[in-house]
Amino acid sequence: MKKRLVIVGAGMASGRLIEHLLDAAPDQWDVTLFNAEPRGNYNRLMLSPVLSGEKAYEDIITHDDAFYADRGITCRFGEPVVRIDRAAKVVVTAQGDTPYDRLVIGTGSAPFIIPVAGKALPGVVTYRDLEDTNAMIAASRPGAKAVVIGGGLLGLEAAAGMAARGADVTVIHLMGHLMERQLDPAAGYLLQKDLERRGIRVHCKGATKAILGEDKVEAVLLEDGTVYGADLVCMAVGIRPETRLATDAHLEVNRGVVVDAQMRTADPDIFALGECVEFDGQLFGLVAPLYDQARVLASVLNGGDAAFRPVQTATKLKVTGVDLFSAGDFADKPGREEIVFRDPGRGIYKRLVLEGDRLIGAVMYGDTADGNWFFQKIKDGADISGERETLIFGPAFAGGVAADPLAAVAALPPEAEICGCNGVCKGQIAAAIEGGATTVQLVRARTKASASCGTCSGLVEQVLALSLGDAFQMPTAQPMCACTDLTHEDVRRLIKAQELKSMPAVMQELGWRTSCGCPSCRPALNFYLLADWPLDYRDDAQSRFVNERLHANIQKDGTFSVVPRMWGGVTNARELRAIADAADKYNVPMVKVTGGQRIDLLGVRKDDLPAMWADLNAAGLVSGHAYSKGLRTVKTCVGTEFCRFGTQDSTGLGIKLEQRLWGSWTPHKVKLAVSGCPRNCAEATCKDVGIVCVDSGYQVGVGGAAGMDLHETQRLVVVETEAEAMDVTVAFVQLYREHAKYLDRPYKWIRKVGLDWIKSQVLDAEIRAALIARFDLSQSIYQKDPWAEHAKPDAARRFQPLADLSLEAAE
Amino acid sequence: MTLWIDIAALDDIPPRGARTVKTAQGCVAVFRTFDDRVFALDDRCPHKGGPLSDGIVHGHAVTCPLHAWVFSLETGLALGEDDGSVSTYPARVEQGRVLIDATRLQTWRVA
Ligand code: SRM
Ligand SMILES: Cc1cc2nc3c(=O)[nH]c(=O)nc-3n(C[C@H](O)[C@H](O)[C@H](O)COP(=O)(O)OP(=O)(O)OC[C@H]3O[C@@H](n4cnc5c(N)ncnc54)[C@H](O)[C@@H]3O)c2cc1C
Ligand code: SF4
Ligand code: FES
Repeated sequence: MKKRLVIVGAGMASGRLIEHLLDAAPDQWDVTLFNAEPRGNYNRLMLSPVLSGEKAYEDIITHDDAFYADRGITCRFGEPVVRIDRAAKVVVTAQGDTPYDRLVIGTGSAPFIIPVAGKALPGVVTYRDLEDTNAMIAASRPGAKAVVIGGGLLGLEAAAGMAARGADVTVIHLMGHLMERQLDPAAGYLLQKDLERRGIRVHCKGATKAILGEDKVEAVLLEDGTVYGADLVCMAVGIRPETRLATDAHLEVNRGVVVDAQMRTADPDIFALGECVEFDGQLFGLVAPLYDQARVLASVLNGGDAAFRPVQTATKLKVTGVDLFSAGDFADKPGREEIVFRDPGRGIYKRLVLEGDRLIGAVMYGDTADGNWFFQKIKDGADISGERETLIFGPAFAGGVAADPLAAVAALPPEAEICGCNGVCKGQIAAAIEGGATTVQLVRARTKASASCGTCSGLVEQVLALSLGDAFQMPTAQPMCACTDLTHEDVRRLIKAQELKSMPAVMQELGWRTSCGCPSCRPALNFYLLADWPLDYRDDAQSRFVNERLHANIQKDGTFSVVPRMWGGVTNARELRAIADAADKYNVPMVKVTGGQRIDLLGVRKDDLPAMWADLNAAGLVSGHAYSKGLRTVKTCVGTEFCRFGTQDSTGLGIKLEQRLWGSWTPHKVKLAVSGCPRNCAEATCKDVGIVCVDSGYQVGVGGAAGMDLHETQRLVVVETEAEAMDVTVAFVQLYREHAKYLDRPYKWIRKVGLDWIKSQVLDAEIRAALIARFDLSQSIYQKDPWAEHAKPDAARRFQPLADLSLEAAE
Repeated sequence: MTLWIDIAALDDIPPRGARTVKTAQGCVAVFRTFDDRVFALDDRCPHKGGPLSDGIVHGHAVTCPLHAWVFSLETGLALGEDDGSVSTYPARVEQGRVLIDATRLQTWRVA
């Protein structure tokens, strides 16, 4: 007699099981197949081409009516199983009981719904089955607005599909880059760029707060306040194994239905396979391992002794025109190395992860032709020691291919601007070279490129080297760090010319040799990006030195110092009392007057910083940025207010300048002083900007310093009014922010570009106004008290230990 | 024997950053690298005791915030010119949770 086999779920895994089972033993089984969806097995993976219009549902049916009829399979589609009665050995549906000898659970997964307000509004869909797909197709009229929550594999396929049908699509992703589980930030950046090129808007680091609408969805609101209008919202944030039947039947269930290597559950007559199972602590979300499970289970049901062993899986995104591949194991184990290859010109990125002599993971973007070759090596655990040097070039490698230091400049289009001061683009320089200008000096004479501030000389040289080949001798310039051959000046200019607005963008387009930079380049890049793109770039705390990350100076014993701002060196009894109270409350070992006319609380414990800041904030005191590459102090003297020699209100001007400039980030620290008369009690002549008041007005000097080098300021200009003195100062600081190399104090930068050029910029009314406008724009983002931000509970948590095991360990 | 203790969610540690865990033997720094791997090392630089958890994390290494010694997160060894090492502890990520092996921390206490 035939044995009765009941299968719950007509999915990818069970479809494969039926094939194997009945191929091997056509006459042994009486199969009943239940499916919640009102249809039989189809290729779920291919829903994406159906969504994008490249395929129709009919094309993706894997098992048609004839298939089931030929094999005598009883189809119960559109009839969900609601309960398993293990004692009676029956499954229960609305239509009654169906007995089994053997039962297979293949219920797949259920999409995860984030618990926000509005999640149940009509127009909110998930992406799992044909119904979802049809809903998205119906909503994707040209011009309709769709929001996809979740930038993983499914979310992006949904987004690309709807965009292909003309919808205006926005993807909201919680993490810093797309598909973070499969891709590293560099590949995530390239992917985002490709999607944006298709008109898909990508919002990373976006947390959904609520879905808005009256009787149907109208918009999505994010935690940061952004609102995106939406006619349809697709939630693709993850899946959860569909284990309800097994749980109710008291089978062993963890995150999934627990099975052994024979796919058997805790009940010897009940088996499970597919996304609903958990094996050896592992869940499965791609079909490759599910097919293996199907083969194993068919063998076991037919009396064989096969055993399931999970293998590595590889991921590809099924979006036409996007080439991405990721495979292998990126989980943490000590002793790993990586090999990175980037070709900025062609948008290619490849990264291999090695462990000992084995390849264990690969991420590739742009050129995935070798993906399977690498994947095979990963699966085989092949010894690659012999081909380590050339491995990344793939199987086609023939002879060495050295990284090309000129690649970034070679990749620039002719219209890319090389010289910002004179608006000269690469094409004009190339034309001059063709016309016989074979040196930087000749190019400069003919095109004016590098004739002004000179910071683009390095790039002009590279264009020369590219055009003339060996005929041009490159002068050796100091590269920024070991991650690149480009100098700071080159990088600054390329960031502007190529509109590079993120750290992965810079590293990819400029061919960085490391995966995430080093402590030399990261702080510099972070500054360049935030100075050039205040609206687009988001400051990266992890690329800052500890002092700027924690907004306090680290001390030799790991404690910190806290210096509140004292505008222009002026304070009052209330502020002093708040400082004294804080010193008492947090047991501050030393309170010191600094050389910058304010008070330093030294020796504060990291854990105490946020609370101390909150206390100081409450008294109106804000961070003094004594730790930053930014505005430090504006020292003043008493001036006309009290001094018998004072000519102008130096204290007042100092306070105004400090209030205007505080919070701005600069290439190195910036210190100002305003003295009320040439006796110069505020030491204005050794500051980055020093103003000396005289009867007729204000003498503005720049480029002073009194640290490792001692420098007197050079006169920039003499102006008549306080307003002009402020304008000139702000414009100078902004010019410095836009052009100087990271860690050059103004005097070093002035030495490179010349005071004349600086005068030509700052003293030109139009240029000055533009500089001031850009400074103010940047301040609209960055003039925020970091103490207030970090004293908030969420940020303050980061100053505390993650966990305290000292108690547990003492048990 | 290993004794895996769940100490936090991976997202509690910023990518390319670190947090600390207090233990009876002092602080242990738990690092999260750009590729979402985690590493646990003693939070005390062998040079002059700098808190490594406050350093800049790059690749699979960290630079001490006090005098810029660089340590491999994988081996705990100082890289480059400098000579020294810090203890490392097994750590891993599972389902978005960070686990560290507390066996050694405990043995020390008993010893
Ligand atoms: C606290 C203070 C000393 C004091 O007790 O008075 C101080 C303390 C430090 N200075 Fe300073 N400088 C202090 C005023 C000065 C001054 C005087 C001034 O500003 O009028 C100078 C010379 C003027 C100048 O900068 O041109 C000064 C020139 C330096 C330099 C050399 C800069 C240069 O370009 O040559 C450094 C090193 C650096 O920045 O790279 C430095 C660095 C440092 C650091 C941040 C060293 C470090 O990285 O840890 C010190 C932090 C100590 C701490 O733990 O908080 N400090 N430092 C002063 C804080 C002023 C404030 O209120 O913010
Ligand atoms: C749009 C999309 C694209 C994908 N792309 C890829 C890809 O490119 N590569 C890849 O490897 N994977 C991809 N996947 C994942 C892949 O489809 C799944 O891993 C696979 O379908 C899981 O197979 P399964 O048999 O476990 O579950 P499913 O295929 O989900 O089948 C389970 C079936 O069980 C039914 N069911 C559930 N509960 C009951 C019940 N109580 N009674 C009766 N029936 C029930 C469900 O209705 C469903 O039809 C994609 C998934 C989607 C949605
Ligand atoms: S001069 Fe400045 S850097 Fe040197 S010890 Fe004194 S405070 Fe520290
Ligand atoms: S204490 Fe770490 S380098 Fe000096």
